[in-house]
Amino acid sequence: MQRGTEAPVEEPRTSSRPDRGGAPASAEPTIAVAGLSHSFGTLRVIERLELELEAGELVGLVGPSGCGKSTLLELVAGLREPTAGTLRVGDQNTTSGRLAQCAYMAQRDLLLPWLAAIDNAALAPRNRGASRAEARAEAAPLFDRFGLAGFELARPAELSGGMRQRVAFLRTLLAGKPVLLLDEPFASLDAITRAEMQEWLAGALVTQARSAVLVSHDVEEALYLCDRVLVLSSRPAVVVAELAAPSPRALPRNQVVADPAFVALRERALWALQERRR
Amino acid sequence: MRRWLPPLAVIAALLGLWELAARWELIADALSIEPFLVPAPSDVAESLWTDRELLAENAWVTVQEVLLGFATAVAAGVTFAVALHLSAVLRRAFYPLLIASQTVPVIAIAPILVVWLGFGIGPKLAIIALVCFFPITVNTLDGLRSVDPELPRMMRTLDATRVQILRRVEIPAALPFLFSGAKIAAVISVIGAVFGEWSGADEGLGHLILVAQGQVQTARVFAAVVVLSALAIALFGLLALLERRYGWWLPGRARTA
Repeated sequence: MQRGTEAPVEEPRTSSRPDRGGAPASAEPTIAVAGLSHSFGTLRVIERLELELEAGELVGLVGPSGCGKSTLLELVAGLREPTAGTLRVGDQNTTSGRLAQCAYMAQRDLLLPWLAAIDNAALAPRNRGASRAEARAEAAPLFDRFGLAGFELARPAELSGGMRQRVAFLRTLLAGKPVLLLDEPFASLDAITRAEMQEWLAGALVTQARSAVLVSHDVEEALYLCDRVLVLSSRPAVVVAELAAPSPRALPRNQVVADPAFVALRERALWALQERRR
Repeated sequence: MRRWLPPLAVIAALLGLWELAARWELIADALSIEPFLVPAPSDVAESLWTDRELLAENAWVTVQEVLLGFATAVAAGVTFAVALHLSAVLRRAFYPLLIASQTVPVIAIAPILVVWLGFGIGPKLAIIALVCFFPITVNTLDGLRSVDPELPRMMRTLDATRVQILRRVEIPAALPFLFSGAKIAAVISVIGAVFGEWSGADEGLGHLILVAQGQVQTARVFAAVVVLSALAIALFGLLALLERRYGWWLPGRARTA
């Protein structure tokens, strides 16, 4: 089992939570969303949404399916232009500027079946003009660190679902962007693999000093992985609850999720979700 | 090798019946089969052997026509498909024309092409390229357009330019489609070569067929036909091998999981 804590720690975030001692003290939030609204035709998906993300912060977005979580992420990523409101990532507010700031990981792994795992992971360096050998050299250390050693040359079809998802995550990391946007990265996995992958990702994120937004419909996943969790209403999405996650992330998942404080928070989040549905 | 057995058995049985019908006078008379109209398989085999130099010389001419014409069609078809894929304006402007081009009976314009392009290899290449162009272009275009729309988006978040998306995602994804089109084209390319040679040529298997027909050497006609079929099958087989190496992923495989 790849426990994240075994990975070499670049910038430890073990003491998690808001008063993160070592976090770069920048006054400007990394992501600033103000009065954001988006509609598809007459369908209003997001309504005057506010969101700020500090540098290095991990924020979870949970909400009922179809509430516009994914759309919000696509807007932040620069894959869409919002109908109204402002949206800034780093110092960029144009779509192309946001694209340059954000690495986006979709629900499906989207690995290219004709490329070896390592070449899939190294797509971003290749796109930036690196030769295949250079790009592979850049990706190889991450394969070792994230429990994929020996699978560099395997085709995606030869990998398990969890491994494919890890390769997709490495591909996202190798994009080298300051902001990670994760759109239900484990939704397509079975429950056991999913729990393993959550633990793995928690460890992987500890080694990465990056801001991240995780979209999930799984309250437990979001609370376990993130510093702060926003609960969204059903369409059009507004923030109905904001929860600061409790536990130090270095602990094993099954200990964290059984902690009474964690359970209480999870109940609050679920209650907030249900409250808005009525 | 067991999977080769059924088709071989069927072919052998058909050839045996044919041999029997042509050779056995009782049946031949009843069906009024004349030897100069319907040669027995053994006559064709004999012609394949005795005329081997004649057949080889002419086959070489046809092989060159087919390979060059086919290569032209692949190059033109892929270029055209990529251009139509990249530009909606081009697609709207040229797609109807592409369909229309296929409704032109090539046999009818073959003699005109000979007038335009002369007696040499030119008109043969043009005809082969014309008949091969359509399946290759249409399949490649379908392949390019059927790419999972999330893949180009994923590439955009990885700093890919439009050309890089085309090169790293869309063209590889379209390869299996390209191979399907090319396999169809390979089989009809040989028919195109024969049309081309019938419209004016002094060499090639199509030319040989015309001459042998005039001389009522039916066995030689059939021998040439056998060589032409073998040629088409060989080209098809070559493409199937290439496909296994370069286009093995199932279309839409990237969609699952």
